[in-house]
Amino acid sequence: MLDQSWLLIAIPLAGAALLLMWGKESDKFGHLIATACSAASFVFGLIMFIQLAGRDPADRSVTANLGTWIQAGTFSVDFQFTFDTLSSLFVLLITGVGTLIHIYSIGYMADDERRRRFFAYLNLFIAAMLTLVLAGDYLVLFLGWEGVGLASYLLIGFWQHKPSAAAAAKKAFVLNRVGDLGMALAIMTMFAWFGTTSIAAVNEQIHSVSGNVATALGLLLLLGACGKSAQVPLQAWLLDAMEGPTPVSALIHAATMVTAGVYLVVRSHDIFDASPTARNFVIAVGLVTLLVGAWIGCAKDDIKKVLAGSTMSQIGYMMLAAGLGPAGYAFAIFHLLTHGFFKANMFLGAGSVMHGMNDDVDMRHYGALRTAMPVTFYTFGIGYLAILGFPGTSGFFSKDKIIETALATNIWVGIGALIGAGVTAFYMTRLMLMTFFGQKRWQKDVHPHESGLTMTIPLMVLAALSAFAGVISLGNWIEDWLEPATGHLEHVEPPLPMLAITLIVLVVVSAGVALAWFIYGRGNEIATEAPADDQVSVFTRAGRAEMYGNQINEALVVRPTTYLTRALVWADAKLVDGLVTGTADRIGELSGELRKPQTGFVRSYALMVLGGALVVLLALLAVTLA
Amino acid sequence: MTAYLTLSMLLFSIGAVGVLIRRNAIVVFMCVELMLNATNLAFVSFARQHGNLDGQVAAFFVMVVAAAEVVIGLAIIVSIYRTRRSASVDEANLLKA
Repeated sequence: MLDQSWLLIAIPLAGAALLLMWGKESDKFGHLIATACSAASFVFGLIMFIQLAGRDPADRSVTANLGTWIQAGTFSVDFQFTFDTLSSLFVLLITGVGTLIHIYSIGYMADDERRRRFFAYLNLFIAAMLTLVLAGDYLVLFLGWEGVGLASYLLIGFWQHKPSAAAAAKKAFVLNRVGDLGMALAIMTMFAWFGTTSIAAVNEQIHSVSGNVATALGLLLLLGACGKSAQVPLQAWLLDAMEGPTPVSALIHAATMVTAGVYLVVRSHDIFDASPTARNFVIAVGLVTLLVGAWIGCAKDDIKKVLAGSTMSQIGYMMLAAGLGPAGYAFAIFHLLTHGFFKANMFLGAGSVMHGMNDDVDMRHYGALRTAMPVTFYTFGIGYLAILGFPGTSGFFSKDKIIETALATNIWVGIGALIGAGVTAFYMTRLMLMTFFGQKRWQKDVHPHESGLTMTIPLMVLAALSAFAGVISLGNWIEDWLEPATGHLEHVEPPLPMLAITLIVLVVVSAGVALAWFIYGRGNEIATEAPADDQVSVFTRAGRAEMYGNQINEALVVRPTTYLTRALVWADAKLVDGLVTGTADRIGELSGELRKPQTGFVRSYALMVLGGALVVLLALLAVTLA
Repeated sequence: MTAYLTLSMLLFSIGAVGVLIRRNAIVVFMCVELMLNATNLAFVSFARQHGNLDGQVAAFFVMVVAAAEVVIGLAIIVSIYRTRRSASVDEANLLKA
């Protein structure tokens, strides 16, 4: 059964095809089919996971070959699916969280007349994401990679009647293309050097070529990862992607798709092991994104954008951990899993809040929701504690591990990660206080109410997972489990005892919480209108402007390209077209001249004939006599 | 011999000048015939001088072609006259650029 992993993909893919092709009659039950497909995939994945766990650790990787996909000369690509310890965790995360979000969406999208289409896209996403994580070949991985990009595009722009949603979808798509360019170049480089794109073969042979190849491959893959995972410098699309329905933000832009970049780095760990330079770049990207995301999270009033900034920041942690090399791969995946739970939990919680507040996303219009929406409050609260790293919750284990490893590898990187944890505590506390505590700042005609069971049950399950998922790190289970796929975990000795580091992290986090409480708690009034840009500090302004990511893109890429295009259009019109139309014009003028003797008078023609004949005659005479 | 050729040349010149200066299509047409016959005369004279039949044969061909040309040319002139009430070659000038 372990070699039947393609079924995991086929089930949701069939669901998507069915829903897209079945007409309106399936509107009534389409969402149930989609949810059942996702759940079936989860159950199947769980059975496979248990079977895999029953095997000997050295034997925990099953590759199924579905036949040749591309065959050209000596180059051939097989439809290969690898079910190993790393992909099995992803399968469970994607299908598990995916199924919960399917259930949640039944309630959330109940009033949307295009709900069937929404569920079809969700199923399509699940299928594409599973292709991505199960692929045994970089080209098959790329298929899934583009598939999730397509699903993301379709779902961000799901409410396409809103111009902002359509624009956000387009932006996400275009920025992802930049990253995909890196992926495509990486795959071509692999082909050029190794003649194969199989993940196993490339990672095996990487040590036999020069380090420069590994560095180039690593940097190109990192570019791809930056695009998909919204890492600096390709981060600008994620905040706009919040235009999509909230379950989409939870599933695609928090729990699964955006972590694909981390997956890619960990999956290609041999390439990064072979190139310390590429790894340093990964660390730098992770660290910068971690701080930028947290900064943005502090300045936004839109609850979803705060969470989106937070997602960027947390993925920055994962990237950072992945960049730390053999010491960090397992922790990156561990944090990815726990983040998948608590961030999905909080996004769905935010969706529940929005549902009760007439789709208002401005936290300045919330306040005092803890009594109106108790289930949402408590589940969100657990997610909040988890992201803070409250002792005992899942985030406590996963984030501490990353900070410890970072401190042990490079003190400055570790301090950056530590500051990130403090800022995270600040903006998450701010979000909690503004949403659930303080005075009511509700707009007119808003009557917050708790959401229905289809929405609260997934919240409760995810809250439980956020609270307890940390157990998988007990006894180093996660490290041992991932060892066949990511290599042996090198233990690095931190500069301070573990307990001291944990305490320092807790102190920094508490400081963040206290600062947020000092500003936004204490019964302070919070204005329902955000202060104007010229009344806030330069830091807030930068955060509100998303660290000027759009402006930088605009100045560095968009405007030069526009000018280049204009120059090309001018050159085309004036030079190329000028040459062509100029020639035509000259010929036209010449024929105009030639037209003049055509008077229409027969006698003038006759004169010309006579003249011509005389000329011929004279010429003949001249030739004969000469 | 020279007399024949001189006559031929004179007839040809009269025909050519007639084509160029006369407006009436019938007259122009007759002038064309005159030129053809002038060449026929030249053909026949040269044939006699050289003592072979090539020129005579050519003259016959010219006559055949001239006969066909008369039929078509007159038909055109008649049809132009019917539509335009005029046989002036200067008025049939629609075919100009």
